[in-house]
Amino acid sequence: MILAEHYPVLIIVISMLSAFTILIAGWVNKKTCLPISLATIFVQLLLAFSILHHVVITREPIHYWLGGWAPPWGIEYVVDAFNAYVLVIVLFICLLTVIYAKRSIEKELPRKIVSFYVVFQLLVTGLCGITVTGDVFNLYVFLEIASLAAYALIAAAGGRSLKASYNYVIMGSIGACFYLLGAGFLYSVTGSLNMADLSYLLPPLYENKVVQAAFVFFVVGISIKMALFPLHVWQPDAYTYAPSAVSVIIAAAMSKVSIYAFIRIFFSVFTTDFIHIYVPITTVLSWIAAIAIILGSVIAIMQTNLKRMLAYSSVSQIGYIVLGVALFSTHWGLYGALIHILNHAIAKGCLFMVAGAIIYRTGLRSIKDFEGLGQKMPYTCAAFTLAALSMIGVPPTVGFITKLCLLLASIEAVEYVYVAVILASTLLNLVYFWRVVDRMYFVRKEGEGENEHEIKKEEAPGSMVIPALILGSLCVIVGLLWLAGAETPLLPIVDQAVNALLGTGVIAP
Amino acid sequence: MTEGLIVSSYIPLLAILCPATASILILLSSKRPNVRESWTIIAGILQFSLIASMIPTVLDKKVVQCLLFPQTMFGGIAFGFKVDAFGLIFALTASFLWILVSFYSIGYMRSLKEHAQTRYYFCFAIAIFGAIGVALSANLLSMFVFFEILTVSTYPLVIHEQSEEAIRAGHKYFAYLLTAGVFLLFAIMMTYYLTGTTDFTGGGIKALRTGFETGDLASLTLIILFFCFLLGFMKAAWMPFHSWLPTAMIAPTPVSALLHAVAVVKAGVFGIVRIVCYIYGVDLMTSLGLGIVLACIAGFTMIVANLFAIAQDNLKRRLAYSTINQLSYIILGAALLTSNGIRGAMIHIPFHGFMKITLFLCAGAIMVVTGKKNISEMGGVGKTMPVTMLAFSIGALGMCGIPPACGFISKWFLCLGTLQAHEIVFLFVLLIASLLDVVYFFPIIHTAFFKQPEGEAKEKEVKEAPLFMLIPLSITAIFSVLFLLDFILGLNVISMYFYRLVEVALENVI
Repeated sequence: MILAEHYPVLIIVISMLSAFTILIAGWVNKKTCLPISLATIFVQLLLAFSILHHVVITREPIHYWLGGWAPPWGIEYVVDAFNAYVLVIVLFICLLTVIYAKRSIEKELPRKIVSFYVVFQLLVTGLCGITVTGDVFNLYVFLEIASLAAYALIAAAGGRSLKASYNYVIMGSIGACFYLLGAGFLYSVTGSLNMADLSYLLPPLYENKVVQAAFVFFVVGISIKMALFPLHVWQPDAYTYAPSAVSVIIAAAMSKVSIYAFIRIFFSVFTTDFIHIYVPITTVLSWIAAIAIILGSVIAIMQTNLKRMLAYSSVSQIGYIVLGVALFSTHWGLYGALIHILNHAIAKGCLFMVAGAIIYRTGLRSIKDFEGLGQKMPYTCAAFTLAALSMIGVPPTVGFITKLCLLLASIEAVEYVYVAVILASTLLNLVYFWRVVDRMYFVRKEGEGENEHEIKKEEAPGSMVIPALILGSLCVIVGLLWLAGAETPLLPIVDQAVNALLGTGVIAP
Repeated sequence: MTEGLIVSSYIPLLAILCPATASILILLSSKRPNVRESWTIIAGILQFSLIASMIPTVLDKKVVQCLLFPQTMFGGIAFGFKVDAFGLIFALTASFLWILVSFYSIGYMRSLKEHAQTRYYFCFAIAIFGAIGVALSANLLSMFVFFEILTVSTYPLVIHEQSEEAIRAGHKYFAYLLTAGVFLLFAIMMTYYLTGTTDFTGGGIKALRTGFETGDLASLTLIILFFCFLLGFMKAAWMPFHSWLPTAMIAPTPVSALLHAVAVVKAGVFGIVRIVCYIYGVDLMTSLGLGIVLACIAGFTMIVANLFAIAQDNLKRRLAYSTINQLSYIILGAALLTSNGIRGAMIHIPFHGFMKITLFLCAGAIMVVTGKKNISEMGGVGKTMPVTMLAFSIGALGMCGIPPACGFISKWFLCLGTLQAHEIVFLFVLLIASLLDVVYFFPIIHTAFFKQPEGEAKEKEVKEAPLFMLIPLSITAIFSVLFLLDFILGLNVISMYFYRLVEVALENVI
């Protein structure tokens, strides 16, 4: 298993090299882009799985020193159960997205196929980099790689997406600057950028205003990146106008990675003590999360464009995760957050895939035109229904499990307001998701009688429907796996991750 | 659940899987109606025999257990099935009636040439999956999972017609029942947080009772929790949260028959009885004084629902209000917290199921043959459809609690229960409600048999519904009478199992 220690860096290196290979190969022959990208991500996923396996078996994080330089000076990659878990989720979504992207890109960006795959691969590199690194500044670098790739990918659609992308550039850069300021402040007082090192050096300096300011900079900076209410304003446009495949990856994978960074900084650089005593931010955060949950849903109800509705739904779902993080002092809070990272990736990925498939086949974006789609595209709509049920939180789907964890956490924290918020959000989700399902299956077009003519099946291509269906069925399967608890491998991973996150909060004597 | 022996077995799981598998097969054979319908019937018969095969074990005072996930992520909660006598009563009723209603559906749907029949049978199978799951669940969390599956799967059935009115009815259905689900979920999680378990325990969860006695749990907390549970079981259609039920009558008649007279609403009252007898327990309910509150709600519902029923002209809506009334009989029986009351409540679950389904099936048959939905138009129906109306009369007599139908037995026990609890007021409530039952059921019979059809050419010839519909409704009517004969004459036929199961369940509860 000694090889596994090299896997984190391998994941980054092959991904980056593959990006350039795609560029050259694509120049020669456009058709080679997809196989190369697919193969790379597949190998990355395998590596990620073996990292996860290794970490879970040995219960020790993997440390890799880049260039053999010891940590405080060199860059270190650290992968514990939490990283590995996020890494597998992200790469799995990337794999499905790249399969999904083939037909969708051929139609939406026929002239930019090569550049799409190159930038996509760079985005994957950035996302993996953020996840494996154990260095605050290195994280910034990968954050920028991923963000720049994302700006480009969103803008690729042209037209209105240019403005969306521009907004995202401005907001994203502000976020990145804040993050960099935070890192700089910490460096100025400790002289270190390594996360583990920082968490040892910082405790005596907790009262230092610079450290506290750095923390706030981190929180605000990453909040912009992950579109936490009220810093989400770039997000709906970006999700709506981006090419279909790009919406999928940004919504399902990229937002998860930003959340990963958020949690990592929260618990591995700073500690629970710091948050409890010096910057009592949890109350503020949980209130913001509660408002995000409700307002995101309310605004989603007002939307007529499916992708935009899904975007606002994401705002609300990010609120769930942040609420879980803010309730970390309860037993179930962090569980809820980590579990929802997977759950939301699956469900939202599926929903955006369906939205893209509908646009691909029929060009419809507005929910009110969806009548009869249930007969026209039965598999696509079935995937949508499964994912929608899990967003509502109908058992035994994944959303139900998140809801249970967050409910228990709120009850344990004796915060009945959050209980009410979570439960109310269920009903709000029901309103806006069921509206779509209703349209697809039950509502008849005006003037159409009961014996309507047989609607012809016009399913989207298999390479788009099958990934959506896989994610749709995972909504139920993963839900059952969570419920099954300790007997399946999923929960122990989260168990280990939560323990590691909260464990690092214990200050060494 | 019991202190009795636990028998591990896969039978509950197999029983649950019957409709689940059937639902997939139905989807796959959507092009061949005969194959599709035979899946439903095969699954129904298989499921009923599996469930019936557990009767001897349960009568031996054992519990059949099948835990799918013994260690869920929530420590202390297992996910799976535990079949006790009370659960078995509900499961037997629902699975037996499913077979009959499947036959009836074939006749009904084909006569009316309904659209989207595959969706109909698919959702029906899923709904039964949910209902039987509720009946066999080992604890509140497992029950909630099936409870929500039941709610969601019945939505497409309610709006089957797909008209605007139907969709509005569907939205109302969801608004009530999923909101209820939210309350139920909160109550379940709260129970888990307070006690660390949600298992159904005969006589109530110990931790709740000891918590109350030692003062760890304030009585206010327990009362609020109880009301959350009660709100969670809006499926029981207690007033003022009943109005989804009459609206949902826009569904095809077999749906109204099985789901809104047996599966869905019974799941609601089943839940309430579970809470009263297996979560709180009779003692704790008495100490908290919650029994009387629940009895008041039930009594109010009984009277007011009957007053509403008198005003209805649409037959199915009148039956819906009658259902609301009868469900509250069951709630009242549980709320009396006496052995006879609970006995009456438990026995009324299958009995009301059989009688009410007869009434609905008759209403559907009349609609298919004559196209009439309103009672005022039904003059002379008794002459053209004698068998149907005879079955209807038996069901109606049962609703009023008059022999020869088995409604008499449950009402008898309920009355004894009120006396045992020294609540004479509720005896009068029961009797007044019964009188009101007579007031709105007898006119229907009178119209059908003794009034002449208005204006039309007088058809004298007999024109009954197709046999697919006629036979199921005759069977349920015959059973409604048989149950009473069984009881009075002490014949030891099938229906005695219900009595013996109730006795076993009672031993466990009191």
